Amino acid sequence: MAALQTLARRCSTSILKRHFSVSSPVAAQMTVRDALNTAMNEEMKRDESVFLLGEEVAEYDGAYKVSRGLWRKYGDKRVMDTPITEMGFAGIAVGSAMAGLKPICEFMTFNFSMQAIDQVINSAAKTYYMSAGKQTVPIVFRGPNGAAAGVAAQHSQCFAAWYGHCPGLKVVSPYSSEDAKGLLKSAIRDPNPVVCMENELMYGTVFEMSDEAMSEEFLVPIGKAKIEREGTHCTLVSHSKSVGLCLEAAQILEKENIFCEVINLRTIRPMDEETLINSVKKTNHLVTVEGGWPQFGVGAEIVAKVMESDAFDYLDAPVYRVTGADIPMPYAATLERATLPGTQDVVLTVKKSLHIQ
Amino acid sequence: MLSCAARLVRAQIQSKPTACWVVATRGYADIVDEATFTTSEYALHKLDEGPSQTVTVTRDDALKYYRQMQTIRRMETAAGNLYKSKVIRGFCHLYSGQEACAVGMEAALTPNDHVITAYRAHGWTYTRGVPPVNILAELTGRKTGVAKGKGGSMHMYGHNFYGGNGIVGAQVPLGAGIALALKYTGSNDVCVALYGDGAANQGQVFETYNIAKLWDLPCIFVCENNGYGMGTAVERASANTEYYTRGDYVPGLRADGMDVLAVREATRFAAEWCRSGKGPMLLEVATYRYHGHSMSDPGTTYRPREEIQEMRKTRDPITGLRERLISVNLATAEEMKQIDLDVRAEIDKAVEQAKADPELPVEEMYNDIFVDEPPFKVRGTNPFMYGISK
Repeated sequence: MAALQTLARRCSTSILKRHFSVSSPVAAQMTVRDALNTAMNEEMKRDESVFLLGEEVAEYDGAYKVSRGLWRKYGDKRVMDTPITEMGFAGIAVGSAMAGLKPICEFMTFNFSMQAIDQVINSAAKTYYMSAGKQTVPIVFRGPNGAAAGVAAQHSQCFAAWYGHCPGLKVVSPYSSEDAKGLLKSAIRDPNPVVCMENELMYGTVFEMSDEAMSEEFLVPIGKAKIEREGTHCTLVSHSKSVGLCLEAAQILEKENIFCEVINLRTIRPMDEETLINSVKKTNHLVTVEGGWPQFGVGAEIVAKVMESDAFDYLDAPVYRVTGADIPMPYAATLERATLPGTQDVVLTVKKSLHIQ
Repeated sequence: MLSCAARLVRAQIQSKPTACWVVATRGYADIVDEATFTTSEYALHKLDEGPSQTVTVTRDDALKYYRQMQTIRRMETAAGNLYKSKVIRGFCHLYSGQEACAVGMEAALTPNDHVITAYRAHGWTYTRGVPPVNILAELTGRKTGVAKGKGGSMHMYGHNFYGGNGIVGAQVPLGAGIALALKYTGSNDVCVALYGDGAANQGQVFETYNIAKLWDLPCIFVCENNGYGMGTAVERASANTEYYTRGDYVPGLRADGMDVLAVREATRFAAEWCRSGKGPMLLEVATYRYHGHSMSDPGTTYRPREEIQEMRKTRDPITGLRERLISVNLATAEEMKQIDLDVRAEIDKAVEQAKADPELPVEEMYNDIFVDEPPFKVRGTNPFMYGISK
């Protein structure tokens, strides 16, 4: 929402300034879906060994239309529809990566990746280590992660903590279209196994794209967080859709003269500790925000990292976590809403951290 | 043009079930108590003989099957409309077109037998004894739903009915496990484990066949082959589309899934096999779904509209049964029309209730995590919010 408003403001000022020589360019817009599509398209064009496989990715144009047009452009060899057999096709994808190809293995949602998790962890993540550097696995596993809308318990889990737990695996979690494009491109070029966790509810969200972001060589480095909004009173750190939640909360709090710094992790593993620690040293307050469960979650890891770092001495309050409720996702609408964190959770927690409430 | 399964179902038109024709006056006095029909052939795998093609049905049973199928059809139509008006959210996989499978199988089972299926489960939830109002209320997320609104479309449970499962293929080993429990406790009952043509390629399905055969589990594996796994036609997903043979060492048979009497006969045969301790059997029912995979799939990008229309016109299970019953005077057109009206009224009323009933109070979201556990604190969405799980 904030992104759209910024865009609207930028557009209107640009129109007013449209002289024949010095008008500032109107920024391009792109949905997250199109950003991911563009990333795959550009990387497939650039490197013959990059290919996409998964359920409904080819002829159906993708269950969520993320791979729209790719099969029509690149054909059966580069875009493959698989049967509904995750363990099998993930294993096949990993094998092809071992032999030098660069597969993009799509899980229709990461819930289904549980069927294949052995291949992701034991065959992909650990292999470079076990072989003492002899065998690489340049694979990308991607797909939507976390809650959608009304899809109930088996289809709503966030896997950031599970995948982030494993050494050998890189794990990214884009928020904006720029994140999505840049991180996926980096993931595809990365010779390590990378899990790219998208968000179904963000696929249709439009974001501004800078000229740089629109270029074919645009990459977002894996392992570097982005400060979405600077602030001085409290740091909010988040990933994926929850970044939007933090930005909304920051806007609400700004009206009460509380200025939050919002950090978009972008990468879960390796996590950008430096950016986190520097921010905590500046604001002295930290609240983590995520959609996943609290126990052993991304927030829990951030709390531990901060405790063990020299940022601990800068804290004026405990680090607090805003998370999904510790229950399987209920279907009913009011229950689901109460299970997911909202802006009021973030606002309340920031105020508690600041001893205002 | 037609999918493999559609061709299969259409092929059965060639051997269209014949009937004993009684073309006489249509007075009520001429109504018969039972009639005999001939079904199309069953394909057999590792079986010397199969179910009988000659099937007899009583008037009462026939009308019951008709009513049940019509109820499912109307209920699914209502669900589709509720979804379009956003009263149902998330996933909604409709069973329309496949009614003869659930109704026919249930006709050969007892409530003491056990059933487990995947996510296209509303029809099965009904045949297993859950009233349509509690199915619709579950779909609308209300506390009168069979899972109090916590499960939704894919997670409805009932007596000896284990859902409603969202992960493709996972229900198959579960079904064999239920069968294991039945054998373990010396029961004479069987478990029916259903899956689709898409799930039929899952590794866990083959692991299950293996153990079920090794241990002689009383499990009927049923492949509801509707020709498409989501948007992928069977030929593009399976190297072998003869799903009734995929159990290899597990004997199998294929029946016309659009003919409720054929399904009943095939299930009776399979159930007898399992009950007699001979181990598992695989039953493939060739069927068709009219709607897309789910409500977010139009169902027309990967199959021609003509195919769907032809199925509706020539192979509809409800129309097929109606025509049969009228043709042999098992029932009159008028009384079947009355059933249609009764069903419509029942479903309309259920829809109204499903829209009006309240959702669970929010505090109850914390319940049902553990069984037999004293109340405990459950963390909410921020560190200062807790619920109590009871």
